[in-house]
Parts: sequence; structure tokens; C-alpha cells
Amino acid sequence: MRLLNRSAGRLTRGRRGPLAGLVVLLLGLLMTGGLYSAFAPSQQAAADQATADDELVAQGRELFLVGCAFCHGKNGEGIETSDGQQLGPVLVGVGAAAVDFQVGTGRMPLAAPGQQGPSKKQAYSDEEREALAAYVASLGPGPAIPSEQDWSLDGLTDEEQEEAVVRGGQIFLTNCTACHNFAGSGGAMPEGGYAPNVRETEEQYVYEALLTGPGQMPSFSDGNLSQTEKRDVIAYLNSVDESPDYGGLTLGSLGPVVDGAVTWVVGIGVLVGFAVWIAAHTTRTDRKKKGEVTT
Amino acid sequence: MSTTETNGAGQSSVASQVASTNGAKASSAKKGSPVGKAANWADERLGLAGAAKKNLRKVFPDHWSFMLGEIALWSFVVLLITGVFLTLWYRPSMAEVTYTGAYEPMRGLHVSEAFASTVDLSFDVRGGLLMRQMHHWAAMLFIAAMLVHMMRVYFTGAYRKPRELNWVIGVLLLVMGTLEGFTGYSLPDDMLSGTGIRAADGFVKSIPVIGTYASFFLFDGEFPGSAVISRLYTVHVLLLPGLILGLIAAHMLLLVYHKHTQWPGPGRTEQNVVGYPMLPVYAAKAGGFFFIVFGVTALLGGLFTLNPIWAYGPYDPSKVTAGSQPDWYMGWPDGALRIFPGPPLEYSFFGVTLSLNVFIPIILLPTIAILILLALPFVEAWITKDKREHHLLERPRDAPGRTATMVALMTFYGLMWMAGGNDIIAITFDLSINQITYFLRVAVIVGPILAFIITRRWCISLQRKDKEDLLHGYETGIIMRSAQGGFSERHEPLPVGKAYAIAQRDPDRPVELERATDENGVPSPTTRSARLRHRLSAYLHGGGVDTPTRAELEKAHAHAAHEHELEGSGDDRALTARGENTPH
Repeated sequence: MRLLNRSAGRLTRGRRGPLAGLVVLLLGLLMTGGLYSAFAPSQQAAADQATADDELVAQGRELFLVGCAFCHGKNGEGIETSDGQQLGPVLVGVGAAAVDFQVGTGRMPLAAPGQQGPSKKQAYSDEEREALAAYVASLGPGPAIPSEQDWSLDGLTDEEQEEAVVRGGQIFLTNCTACHNFAGSGGAMPEGGYAPNVRETEEQYVYEALLTGPGQMPSFSDGNLSQTEKRDVIAYLNSVDESPDYGGLTLGSLGPVVDGAVTWVVGIGVLVGFAVWIAAHTTRTDRKKKGEVTT
Repeated sequence: MSTTETNGAGQSSVASQVASTNGAKASSAKKGSPVGKAANWADERLGLAGAAKKNLRKVFPDHWSFMLGEIALWSFVVLLITGVFLTLWYRPSMAEVTYTGAYEPMRGLHVSEAFASTVDLSFDVRGGLLMRQMHHWAAMLFIAAMLVHMMRVYFTGAYRKPRELNWVIGVLLLVMGTLEGFTGYSLPDDMLSGTGIRAADGFVKSIPVIGTYASFFLFDGEFPGSAVISRLYTVHVLLLPGLILGLIAAHMLLLVYHKHTQWPGPGRTEQNVVGYPMLPVYAAKAGGFFFIVFGVTALLGGLFTLNPIWAYGPYDPSKVTAGSQPDWYMGWPDGALRIFPGPPLEYSFFGVTLSLNVFIPIILLPTIAILILLALPFVEAWITKDKREHHLLERPRDAPGRTATMVALMTFYGLMWMAGGNDIIAITFDLSINQITYFLRVAVIVGPILAFIITRRWCISLQRKDKEDLLHGYETGIIMRSAQGGFSERHEPLPVGKAYAIAQRDPDRPVELERATDENGVPSPTTRSARLRHRLSAYLHGGGVDTPTRAELEKAHAHAAHEHELEGSGDDRALTARGENTPH
């Protein structure tokens, strides 16, 4: 205890000295600077990041010039043909989400010109897709690629999740089924176009499609359908996907046309088959029991 | 039929108190069996033995195509059974309730009571979904079977005198069945059925002058109102089933009264019916067929989803789904509506809209179709001037004009039907819905005409082939080589039954034109209609092949017999003779 008092006394001896204030100030500055330099990103790191982004954009531009510029123009400005048709739409301001959707689902690059680009196997690697998205995003501000937390239901109670599904169902039936059908099986659009089947579509692409409105689909921007509402639609689609087929085989969930085909092919087919069978097998009225004597 | 005499007595009679004798011993009263006793008890009180004796022995001819109407009858029985089950839980009310049932993605929604009770029926009532789906599948089969049955009756000429009125009853049943199906489709009040009612509202409103009044009467105000579901329910479970039951009873009574038609064959004439008796053969066949129809319906109901109302969700005028179609039997008017040209046929004057683009395909066209069906037997009787009774059927090929007429109508129906599913066809086969529409607009007019011409020619060709087979035998596929090295195919005479079917028919003869003026030069008053009849008859009933005469047949048979004899002889000279005589 005595020893402790003595050392404390020594330490505090000069605290009222003339240089004490200066020393404290220096110490404070030193600590602030030290902490800043320890925690703040270094000039070098920031520069590195900027260089990486530039490199990504540059890499994306290289890919763009090879694979996309023919229709979309060298700077994504879009190309109109001489007869006023659009060869490729303007890409300024469509954002990274549009590129991620179009390239990720294989719709772009087109294999052939047509009414609509069908989804197919992705032509680029994931890194190349990222580079293309970065390049197109650099052309003008647009929606960024959404992340899983945008549509995840994590953190909600069971009750809230159930409510989200119910709400999502109503949004889906109001906004989506007119083209995509009540079960998301897809439907016909004019001139050979079609609203694709969305039952197997990955959550990220559903979200991006809503966000960017590819092709003839209207865009459901955040002001139109908020992030929570988009999340609910995805939750509804997932719940439908997970629920069993209560009524038996769904036959593609395409509505009454398929049911009519089943009626005629399976129903009438089988019953007429039975009618033929019944008419072909008639009772033998002269069959005798064993041991019966005919007089 | 060579049953013993002792057996015979016990077998043939319903009453058990019958003396049995084998002819050698004196007869003795047999002790009655319990069944016989019960029958006797009932007969003493109800006096039904006379009618039963007659009807239980009623003979029906055997052919698979005579059982098609039974499919419709038995599906109707399935509809009655499953329908009664559904009424125990279904509530025909449009009152708003909060859904609190077992189907989670809809819990808490405000829905109509009709919809909520149908979802409850599907998820909370044991076996309810199976019953719902069976009811719906049975309805689809009911109308399909009626249509197939009608085709059989038409193509075989079974609607001719004296059965014209039964044909009319059949057409009315088809119309009632369709309306019954439509009202049932509307009851669950899900998105699809609501869309259907919405469309029906538009159809009613398209009727000139009375349209809007009729719509307001139907919905008790502007669509959707709060009355239509309960009204449709009354029509669906009371009015239409009552009418259908009555018409079915009349249909069956007339069937018994007229006796069943039969195919031509050995021993079959216009005056008799050859077949098996009601009891035990037909009772077993028809009764067994009921269980088959029930079983197939149950399998369909258990295996295939039909109208998943939980996926459609409750009806709300702001919602609609791609692939909104009516059930198949309303598909062809829907198709007509889909391909019918729009803008040039919608007029507006003095603030009144006249939607002929809706009225013609969906109201006028089906009405005309029903009238054509009703008129078919009478028109044919008028053209042919045939006043005889017909109990022997005709094969479709033996009446080329008749067959071609129905094939043309079927082609029209089928193409319209296709148009009703144009969007599903477009996405399934990667086609453009616009191109399908343009194609069908032409095809519904050209198709039936082509179908008529092709079918008529086809039938006449088949008649030629029949006559050829009858006169020269059928090709056996056995190649004979003569001693000279020539090859010929051996022909065998047709089996007797088949030969009868071909030879025993009326040749299809066009009606001769009456003289336009009588011997005094006075013009006949019926000339114009007679000329029309003559022209129609010449085209519909002309060009066919006459059945061979007795002399022709006998000559051909003698020739065939001679040929066989020669083939057997192995005589060189005879074979040469055969080679000369071979008609091909």
C-alpha cells in the first residue's frame, strides 16, 4: 500500500509543471493520429480498390465490345436499324441488376434474333458476368445487383413469415398471374412472345426481373413494389414450390385446356376401351356344371 | 341353350312356385327359395310381375358402341352421389368472411363464404377434395360421353324414324348438361369461376336491346352483386338436375318403347331384335359398367388435380390468370370468340353500343349449332322422302352424304375448339398466337368444306371396296403359282356375317325430280322446294355404289366355287382355264 502511494506520488509529481499541457496535447494528437492510421483505410488501399474497379470496368468493356456492342453500340447507346427497328436497346442506366439477370439466365447474348431471347445456359463465367455488370453500371446510375438479404425471410417470426406469404400471394395474383399464370407456369404473349415459367427460377433472378422489367415485362421498381413486397412475392413462390400437390398430378398447372385433354384421352379412352371389352365378352348360356346330365 | 328341362323351369321364371317336371314324372310344387318368396310377396302387393316379366326378358343387341350412352348415364349417377356429398358442406353465399382454415397461404384473407366453404371442403373435410375432383371429372366425362354417344347415333343413322324425338331429347340433354356444367364451374367463386361469370355477364350484355336488362336481372344489379352465387346454386342443384333426370327418364322410356337398333347381320331384320335378354346378361353388363365408370372417375379424381381453387385464390375483379379457359365443352364458343374479328363489328350509335363481335360468336353461333343438331333428322327425312321405320343401322360409309355432313360439322367444332386453347398451343409448341388466329380464321371456313368432300369420296371408295370384296372375296395374302409360272393371289369369300353387313343395306338413291308441269301443262305448286330437294339429294345421296343384285352374287359365288375346284384338281388344262377367267 505504501509502495503504491509512493509511486503514484512520483507519477503525478509533474502534473502541474509548465510543459504538462503541451505533453498532453502531443500525446492526444499522437493517439488520434495513430488510431486514425490504424483504422482508416490507407491511401494505398483506396487506390488499390479504385484500380480494381477500373480494371473490372475495363475488362467488362473488352468483353462488351466483343459480345454486346454489335447490337447495343460501342458505348451501350443502342442501335436503331435504318427501318426504325431497334437492334439493341440503350443500356445507359439499366444498372448492374439488368446485366446480371440477362447474362445470368443466358438470355444475353442472343443466339439468334427473335421475338424474345429464351433463357439458356450462361455463356460467360461468373467473373466475366461481374465485369460486364460493372461496365454497364459505369455507363449511368441504375439498380445494383440485389443480395440475399433483400429477399430472405430470416429474422422474422413464424407468424410474420406466414403473413408475408399470404401478402405475397395476393401481390402475385394481382400483378403477375395475368401473364405468368396462377401457378407461374407461364403464358402466351402477342407475336410469338411468352411469359416464361417462373416456378424454377432462382430467387435472385425473380428479384432482378421485378426490379428491371426485362423484355415486355413491366418494371416493378422499389417505388412501385417495395423491397419487402418483392420479398413477399418470392416467399409465396417458394411456399407454393414447397407445398405438396394436394390434388394429385398437376399436369403442368396450365388450366382447363389440359383437363379437357385428359377427359378425352384418358377418361373417354379408358371407358370406351372397357365398353369394347364388355361387349366382346358375353356370357356362355350353354355352359354346364360338372357331372350334369343332359336328358 | 341346350339346358336340361329340369333346369329350364327353375331358370326362366321369377316366381318360384312353379311346378317342375321332366316329362317322365308327375309335376310337384317346389318349395320356394327366399328370393322367390320375397318376389311373390312384392308381386301380391304391387302387381309388378307382369311388367317385370316382359322387361326382364327385353332383348338388347350386343355392340360396344351401344354402351357409349351408358357412360353418360353412369357418370350422371356419379354426379348425383358426389354432388349430394358436396352440398352437405358447401354454402352458396357471397357474404364476406375471414378465411381461417387449414390452407396457410390464404389464412386471414377476406373471401366469400362460398369460396371459404369450398376450400374447407378441400382441406378440412375428410375425403372432400377427392369428392370435389370426382364430381368435376364426372361432369367432364358426362358431357364428353353424351357427345360421343350422339356421334354414334348420328353416324349409324339411328335417329331416323321412329327415333327423331329421342334425338331431340338427346340434344336437349346435351344443352342442359352444358349449362349444368357451367353453373357448377361458377360456384366455388375462385378466380377462374369469377372470370367465367364475368365473361358470361359480358355475353349477356352483348345481346341487342335486352342485354343490359337481362344482366341486371341475372345479377340482381350490376356485376358481381351479391345474389348470383345463390341463384346459380338453385339452378345447379334443383332446376337443371330435375330437368336432366326427367329428360333421361323420357330418353330411356322411348328406348324401351322403340326397342334398340341393331347392326345388319344374319337373321336380323327390321322386325326383330337379336341379342341377349336384360336378365341376367344385360343387367350384369350394365351394372358392371357402372362400377367401372365409378372406378375410373375415382381414379381420375384421386390422381389428377382438377381446378385447384387454392392456387387460383378467391375471385376479385382486379385479378385474372393466363390460361383462363372454360371447361372443354364451352371451349368451342370461347374459341369462336377468340378468333372472331373485333373492331369492324362493334358499333356505337346514340350512346348505345352494339357488340356484334361478341354477340355473333358466343350467343348466335351456339344457338345456330343447337338448331342445326335439332333439325338434322327432320332435314334428312325431308330430303330423302323416307317415311319408313328403320331399326337396322347403317354403316357410316353406306351414307356418304350424312357421314360427310357430320365430319364437316366436327371439323368446324374441332377447329373452334383449337382456337379456344390458342394460348396454350402457342406456348406448348412455340408458335405465335397471332399466326394461329389468322390460320384458324381461314381454316374454320375452308376446313369443313374440304372435310366434307374428302369424307364423301372416302365413303364411296370404301363402298367400292366392299362390293369388290363381296363379289370376288377378300385377299388372303396367299400367292398361287400356276403351272405356266403365272402368279395370282388367292381370294376367299367373306365370312357370312360380314357379307350380310355389306349386302343388307338400302342403296343410297337420290330422290327423282317430280315433273315441273302436269300433263295439262299446269306448273306444279311444289316445284321450287322439289327442285331444291332434288339437288340436295343428288349431291348427298348420289354417287354411291349399288349393292350387288342376287344374280350378281350368285354368279360370283359360282365362279369362286369353280375356281376352288380347279385349284384342287392340279389339272394342267384346268389351270389354264382358271388363268383366263381370273377377273383381276
